[in-house]
Amino acid sequence: MPRLSADARHTVRFILNGREVKGQASPRTLLSDFLRHQIGATGTHVGCEHGVCGACTVDVDGMLTRACMTLAVQVEGCAVRTVEGLAPAPDRLSVLQAAFRRHHALQCGFCTAGILMSLDVFLKAVPDPDEEAVRDLLSGHLCRCTGYTPIVRAALEAAAELREVQGETTHA
Amino acid sequence: MLDMPQDKAGEWVGRAIERVEDAALLSGGGRYLDDLGVKPGTLHMAILRAPHAHADIVSIDPAAAKALPGVAAVLTGADVAKLTTSLVVGVKAPVECWPMAVDRVRFVGEPVALVVAEDRYVAEDALDLIEVAYEMRPAVVDPLAAMEDGAPLLHHGFPRNIASDRSFRYGDPEAEFAQAAHRIAISVRYPRNSCTPIETYGLVAEYDPHEDAYDVLANFQGPFSIHAVISRALKVPGNRLRLRTPRDSGGSFGIKQGIFPYIVLGAVAARVAGRPVKWIEDRLEHLMASVSATNRATTLTAAVTPEGRITALDWDQVEDCGAHLRAPEPATLYRMHGNLTGAYDIKNLAVRNRVVVTNKCPTGLNRGFGGPQVYLALERLMQRIAVELRLDPLEVIRRNLIPADAFPYRTASGALLDSGDYQKTLEVGLEAGRLDELLARRDKARAAGRIYGIGYAAAVEPSVSNMGYIATVLTPAERRKAGPKNGAQATATVAIDPVGSVSVHVASVPQGQGHRTVLSQVVADVLGLQPSDIRVNAEMDTAKDAWSIASGNYASRFAAAVAGAAKMAADRIAARLACVAAAQLNVPAEDVMFAGGKIAARSNPANAVPFSRVAALSHWAPAQLPEGVAPTIRETVFWTPPELAAADEGDHINSSLCHGFIFDYCGIEIDRDTGEIRIDHYVTAHDCGTILHPGMVDGQIRGGFAHALGASLLEEYAYGEDGSFLTGTFADYLVPTAMEVPEPVIVHTETPSPFTPLGAKGVGEGNCMSTPACLANAVADALGITDVRLPLVPSGVAALIHGAEPPAPAGARAKPAPAPTGKGERLMRGGGRARVGAAPEAVWAMLLDPDTLAAIIPGAHDVRKVSDTKFTADVTLGIGPVKGRYKAQVSLSDLDPPKAVTLSGKVDGNLGFGGGSGRITLAPEGGGGTELSYTYEAFVGGKVASVGGRLLDGAAKVIIGQFFAALARKASSGKGTKSGLVSRLLARLSSLLGRDAR
Amino acid sequence: MKPAAFDYVRAESVAEALAVLGQEGSDARILAGGMSFMAMLNMRLARPKVLVDIMRVEPLARLEVGKGALKIGAGVRQARLLAFDGLESGAPLIAKALPFTGHAQTRSRGTVCGSIAHADPSAELPLCLVTLRGHVHLKSARAGRKVAAEDFFTGMMATAKADDEMIEAVSFPTPKGEGTAFREIARRHGDFAIVACAALVSDNGIRLGVGGVADMPVARDIPLLDGSALDDALNALAWELDARDDVHASARYRRELVRRIGRSTIEEAKRCRA
Repeated sequence: MPRLSADARHTVRFILNGREVKGQASPRTLLSDFLRHQIGATGTHVGCEHGVCGACTVDVDGMLTRACMTLAVQVEGCAVRTVEGLAPAPDRLSVLQAAFRRHHALQCGFCTAGILMSLDVFLKAVPDPDEEAVRDLLSGHLCRCTGYTPIVRAALEAAAELREVQGETTHA
Repeated sequence: MLDMPQDKAGEWVGRAIERVEDAALLSGGGRYLDDLGVKPGTLHMAILRAPHAHADIVSIDPAAAKALPGVAAVLTGADVAKLTTSLVVGVKAPVECWPMAVDRVRFVGEPVALVVAEDRYVAEDALDLIEVAYEMRPAVVDPLAAMEDGAPLLHHGFPRNIASDRSFRYGDPEAEFAQAAHRIAISVRYPRNSCTPIETYGLVAEYDPHEDAYDVLANFQGPFSIHAVISRALKVPGNRLRLRTPRDSGGSFGIKQGIFPYIVLGAVAARVAGRPVKWIEDRLEHLMASVSATNRATTLTAAVTPEGRITALDWDQVEDCGAHLRAPEPATLYRMHGNLTGAYDIKNLAVRNRVVVTNKCPTGLNRGFGGPQVYLALERLMQRIAVELRLDPLEVIRRNLIPADAFPYRTASGALLDSGDYQKTLEVGLEAGRLDELLARRDKARAAGRIYGIGYAAAVEPSVSNMGYIATVLTPAERRKAGPKNGAQATATVAIDPVGSVSVHVASVPQGQGHRTVLSQVVADVLGLQPSDIRVNAEMDTAKDAWSIASGNYASRFAAAVAGAAKMAADRIAARLACVAAAQLNVPAEDVMFAGGKIAARSNPANAVPFSRVAALSHWAPAQLPEGVAPTIRETVFWTPPELAAADEGDHINSSLCHGFIFDYCGIEIDRDTGEIRIDHYVTAHDCGTILHPGMVDGQIRGGFAHALGASLLEEYAYGEDGSFLTGTFADYLVPTAMEVPEPVIVHTETPSPFTPLGAKGVGEGNCMSTPACLANAVADALGITDVRLPLVPSGVAALIHGAEPPAPAGARAKPAPAPTGKGERLMRGGGRARVGAAPEAVWAMLLDPDTLAAIIPGAHDVRKVSDTKFTADVTLGIGPVKGRYKAQVSLSDLDPPKAVTLSGKVDGNLGFGGGSGRITLAPEGGGGTELSYTYEAFVGGKVASVGGRLLDGAAKVIIGQFFAALARKASSGKGTKSGLVSRLLARLSSLLGRDAR
Repeated sequence: MKPAAFDYVRAESVAEALAVLGQEGSDARILAGGMSFMAMLNMRLARPKVLVDIMRVEPLARLEVGKGALKIGAGVRQARLLAFDGLESGAPLIAKALPFTGHAQTRSRGTVCGSIAHADPSAELPLCLVTLRGHVHLKSARAGRKVAAEDFFTGMMATAKADDEMIEAVSFPTPKGEGTAFREIARRHGDFAIVACAALVSDNGIRLGVGGVADMPVARDIPLLDGSALDDALNALAWELDARDDVHASARYRRELVRRIGRSTIEEAKRCRA
């Protein structure tokens, strides 16, 4: 049974966007701080540190996770996905990201990473959601710029586009 | 210099192109403050904040904090004051304003000490070790109460807590009121709220002792008039304060203007520590102590004709700026000074403006800035006029609107409304939003017994503030002494590099509004290029950039002022390029045009040269420039509109350059059981002049609408009467989510502004002004009420619907009557009883015995007896996982042995403070037992009150319950063994009380 | 807003977790999903000396229907329960209530037993547990015991769990044909309830659970009443619960909701049964 001492730093290893990463963390180091300041993955943002605003939402082993309410040591050995892992290539955007850009679904962009992660996980589980389901999902995020409707529209359009792509691959 | 022909306006401007900003922001590639690296060795700052709303600082002991490994420095207010001067205060008064409390704290959350340490975790550990002793003072939170006799005084320089009291008179209001057919008044309160950007404040500060210069990177948003405030506070000339902003900012809505006191703190901390210092504000700090909109108490009276025409208005505004009058306050009150007659043609105006201080967070910029406060009063008044005169509210609006042929229109108090056709916007809005259907829906709903209402609001949305409006708070004599202030300098630079590619630099400090995209559209149009050819840099650096006091992102000034300045800069460069090209094309400069990446002869487009070739000439072959043509390398424009003059001797002030128009209406339904308000239909019709980017304009409208909806229905920075702050988390300060924000119907008309280079006006703040009033009017219509309090919380709305409450059934177990404590008051009352298996005398004795108290006070250790009736203790109190250590003082009074005693206590610790008193009565019970019953009153403040308000009552009950349960247990088990002690104690008590205890 | 320092134990078995609790007592806290507890850590409202992470203890992840009860291990996350095939038949009330618990982003990590242990009087799962007469399975290094829901909750965030005990599982009796309904009024979607009502209606009568009003979830058995008799019963309950004011709602409002939402929830449960 490993007991990690409060006074020491411990090596934490996990898979981030498909690649193994490691760094040093105290037991109390929050995953949000660890990702941003140890690993340098600054795309995940911190907005409240009490689990309400949703800006820091990441995917841990397929589970939506508030990085501010998770300890770095808790994700030892897990597969973590963040906004940096969404695009198919550095100079391209994913279907969802592109829909956000078309619909002006972001303004300051600070809450966006968390929202993208929620939608990314959600649309895999629910490929054909209605507006109500998307709004219900988004209610776990606070956005102060957009009034949300452009985000809802982008999500629904991306879902439709992803279904089409999915349909084509299945039929092929 | 040649003017460019204007006939090919807008190949790109006016189109909703995709934003250049978005790809990076969508991929995790943002460059927000906390994403940027810092120098090795940079320290991290954490701030200790006042738990009390009003208290003297008796002592601060930082020794333990300083001794903690990893801590570089601990600074108190006195330490900061040694290296700085007070921040300037916006009125003439002998009052100081420090970024960190010196001697006295005046609001919950006021900085008291700061720690810089190797990381933020350690810095916060050190905060826990700083011991501060306070002597509490009474607090005042209500602005009207603050002016009363005997109210607690915050600053000696503000007698009766009034920082400013000015009266104004325009036209002949007294005459109009004297002869008015009707005199109709309304009193409204606008609550405290904030647009709470998701990114909090952040800064990195560095000090160079050799040059006595500060370098600060901060997500500040302007206005850069504040730069002068900061450098003055730091006691350096402006050129020794380099202030920079990162490329990306996670929203501001005005709020990040309020970071400036922290810039002073961070700069001083870096100086003392001798290393760079970084600070990221956390959300608790932000909610408690960043900045808030002003709350305001307004009484507005109109002189009205029988037809509903308003002939005069009388404003009485009491503005609450919180504990300190920080720059640029009291600007919230004066921003609308030219617009106090709204969208209406009213010639006579009387105004009394008072600014007061209270024990709440200081106020500052917040989206709408003064507009929400003014329009809530003005548009509620319009609805009241309709009700009282039995007119259609829409008709009352129509009859008072400024006529379309009256523009530019000078308002009574001096604003020059640039352009508009309010009637047209209103009619287009009614048509597109289908008012007729909405009216039918209301009739149908009401016929079915449902509660449904329709509200309207018309508003003029000012943009591009006159830097001189704030001087209206001064008397003309004071203004003469202070020197003139006016204008709204905008700057923009267009530069061409040696390969002919074009860059634009602006001091506009965007926080998500897409400035880089719009500027690329504007400049691409002028130079005949693609927006993707133009690279825009909107990072700000006061050491290198062209800037002025009005620089920054506020007062909706980008589209009207900054984009216009960029167009002017591009036009100037284009005019020179045209001369260069004309020589090469052998045509007159007037015949030169820019299109498709080429510069060509208009008369023969085949006669063309590549843009980049002409553009690069100034670098490679300046000698080839035609005679008299200046180089085309870089052009910086400073633009200020001549319309923005200083206030005149009669206090007339053109407070803003542009004035958009908004007409809103909505239908809402109220749930009869729950009081919840559902927005059924919302229409918002805008005229913001020329639209530069339709997608962004609609984005601003939706965002403003969402903020306004929050302010109307959900959000309030709530304070208890004792000044404790009650909404310290995002679970208490409720921001609307995707489930709460409906999509409004957005309608546009476009009347270009004659005063701005592109015809554009601001649009970002309008719905914050119109929507609260519109929703309030709809609720007033639905319920037939006059007094509408924002936010319209279901609990409050339900109280208006539900009649008398069914009484508690007879014989029901008596509960302590939940006294109407009023919202937010943190006074908790309760009671209970316990059965104890010992005689009253034995129980009595235990209550007076330190050893027993130590055993039964939950978590008590080290109980010390100060006197027979006074004890001190260290206690660990908590429920569930929440635990804190406190110092406790307990005293006994009103002793009536062995029947009753009052137990009072005070506790103080890291999680906050609390106190209260309880009356305990002991009654003998059959079988030698005692029935012990108690009632208590308790109050709690500090962190636990801010973040755990929802749970406090229950928590107090648990802890007090634990005490009596332990007493009962102890007494029952100790029965009979304490008789000696009992008689001894009772004897002592009787001597103490001078009467026989038996 | 960073936590105070603590040791971290990644328990590999229940026995290991209990050993730490046995040694450290109230200075140790179990860390499961952390969706309520981590916020308290970040705010330094809680300062444990050691956190015991139980999410890698496989036996605790059991979720099963058997012997008349749905038994949910301490490692079962709320999202997993919501997606569980047997939920609709095994605990239809929970199927209705769980979507009100937080948001998708917190249900994904938060556990069922964690919510029970936290004992927030406004939370949905404790309310369901009390209404359904469920049980809490407690275990310490010394012994195990099974506590009825109504004995488990003792006050605001206070429970009968001793410092050296942890919740190993909770169990909900499977339905016997009752009609069920759940309604909740909160300031916003996903917020803690101002009032939440859970109703079970059977031939034997009505059982109404109310959350958000008293210091803990409270359930009462009411005869199969109608009309004004039901109103009277609800009014008596509303007054009995000792509602309080807070920044979100007045005591009076809470009583009003007990009467009105209580009634509509009961009616819905009746319809559900029919």
